[in-house]
Amino acid sequence: MKLIMAIIKPFKLDEVREALTTLGIAGMTVSEVKGFGRQKGQTEIYRGAEYATNMVPKVKIELVCDDALAPRVVEALQAAAGTGSIGDGKIFVLDVGQAVRIRTGETGEAAL
Amino acid sequence: MKLMSKIAGAGTAAGLSLFAALPAWAQEAVAEAAAAPAEAVPAVADGPIKAPTVEQMAGMVDKGDTTWMLISSALVLMMSIPALALFYGGLVRTKNMLSLLMQVFMIVSVAALVWVSWGYSLAFTSGGPFVGGLDKMFLQGVDATTFAATFSNNVYIPEYAFVVFQMTFACITPALIVGAFAERIKFTPLIIFTVLWLTFAYFPIAHMVWYWAGPDFLADAPTDAGLLWGWGALDFAGGTVVHINAGIAGLVGCLIVGPRLGFGKEATPPHSLTMTMIGASLLWVGWFGFNAGSNLESNGIAALAFLNTFVATAAAAVSWCLVEQFRHGKPSLLGAVTGAVAGLVAITPASGFAAPMTAILLGLIVSPICFFFVSYLKNKLKYDDTLDVFGVHGVGGIVGALGTAIVADPALGGQGFFDYTVFPAAVGEYNMAGQFMTQLWAVGTTVLWTGVVSAVLFYALKVTTGLRPAEEAEREGLDLSEHGERAYNY
Repeated sequence: MKLIMAIIKPFKLDEVREALTTLGIAGMTVSEVKGFGRQKGQTEIYRGAEYATNMVPKVKIELVCDDALAPRVVEALQAAAGTGSIGDGKIFVLDVGQAVRIRTGETGEAAL
Repeated sequence: MKLMSKIAGAGTAAGLSLFAALPAWAQEAVAEAAAAPAEAVPAVADGPIKAPTVEQMAGMVDKGDTTWMLISSALVLMMSIPALALFYGGLVRTKNMLSLLMQVFMIVSVAALVWVSWGYSLAFTSGGPFVGGLDKMFLQGVDATTFAATFSNNVYIPEYAFVVFQMTFACITPALIVGAFAERIKFTPLIIFTVLWLTFAYFPIAHMVWYWAGPDFLADAPTDAGLLWGWGALDFAGGTVVHINAGIAGLVGCLIVGPRLGFGKEATPPHSLTMTMIGASLLWVGWFGFNAGSNLESNGIAALAFLNTFVATAAAAVSWCLVEQFRHGKPSLLGAVTGAVAGLVAITPASGFAAPMTAILLGLIVSPICFFFVSYLKNKLKYDDTLDVFGVHGVGGIVGALGTAIVADPALGGQGFFDYTVFPAAVGEYNMAGQFMTQLWAVGTTVLWTGVVSAVLFYALKVTTGLRPAEEAEREGLDLSEHGERAYNY
């Protein structure tokens, strides 16, 4: 099993979700996050006081799938989340040791 | 606005109904005049009616005026809660939102009690040029059959209506000050400060600016007026009493309290400009009661003050945005609402004197000046007037007070200066340069008086109760450390 973690532009979330569900992904976890990378932040001005915000809002997606599906998920994610400009985000793939469905106690891929 | 207690009903006579009560003068000096026979009442009085009969009195108090004063009073209360509380609250960080709401709410509540206990008496009874007396402490002598003077001969409003209208001003003024040291003040000393500041700064200045014997009695008692009123200073709705007064107290307060922890290093952006916009908009609406209500009568001048309040504010919002467009390349919502408040402040003393077109000019001018103080000078001098009480209310109030001398000139369409020594009162000779100097003196007196009183009070509290919460409490936020609550639980 692989954990696929992707940081994407917030407005791309719907497209990404659609692309992944057509692949058969049955669930994912989404969080609103902030961070910085190569994309520059913006400057906010309140009554003349300037604040440089170097943290940019992003959306983080986490999902676990079986090993065979992982390359296609990454590919679909990249296609759906990309705009070709700086700040499109990143995808990380990690190995997962175990998965448990709390309700039934199923383990491994059956729990996904 | 101004008043004068004047006609106290002698309705205390046992068994007399309200209608049967014979009005008699409250003031002894006037009591003799009251002896004059009030025979042969003409349809239109040919002189001030100083001792009206019940029938005459019925024609001197208008239900429309009374209604307008009561509605205005409610509008002005809305300016402090919720308008000012939301306007300020939106500008602080989430962890201090509730503290601002609470401070404003409780200052209003405490000020209302102080007002009816001794404030009204100190401000609006005869006493001396600086402060009134204690004759009407706890509203003694005030009842449903006593009346307060307006700006017109032989026109009165119920004294209770005047008491409650003026009360709302006493409620909002100390609440304005808290913006200057928002996010770093202990609650209890703030409430103590409110009571003392009202007593030693607000009531005397209200007395100095607004107390006079009334249009029907001025000729008899030309010296029975507050100091600034006697000088001829013009302040229609409280530019000196409310805005300069609060603005200077705020500046003194933020200097003595000191800057917030992390001031200039940590980012402290507003937590909800939505709240701030709601608050500023409600302030604008409430200000119609503040300015047009200050006419004390529901007539053409009230409508003029209403219109001036509308257009000067609109002009100031536009000019603040224009300044930002040129300076930063983007007009901001915070800039628009700040400009609007600056415009409201500036038109306040001039609202019943200016013409709509000169009111617009006043609005256009005030925003760039306040912008300079708020965005440039404050950063340069590094004082932490957190919500720009001085930059907007103090500076805007001074611009308005001085501008009043110009826009009130009948040559520019203004209402001029009313001469109450003739009957009926008429516009007297107007000397713009002389009036400007008078306004300057009035501003200087207010600044000096409130500056000294505020400094003494803040220092005294600093060394006794202390003004600031512990460092840790301030970092945690005043909501939890002072009130044990959060503004938002989600």
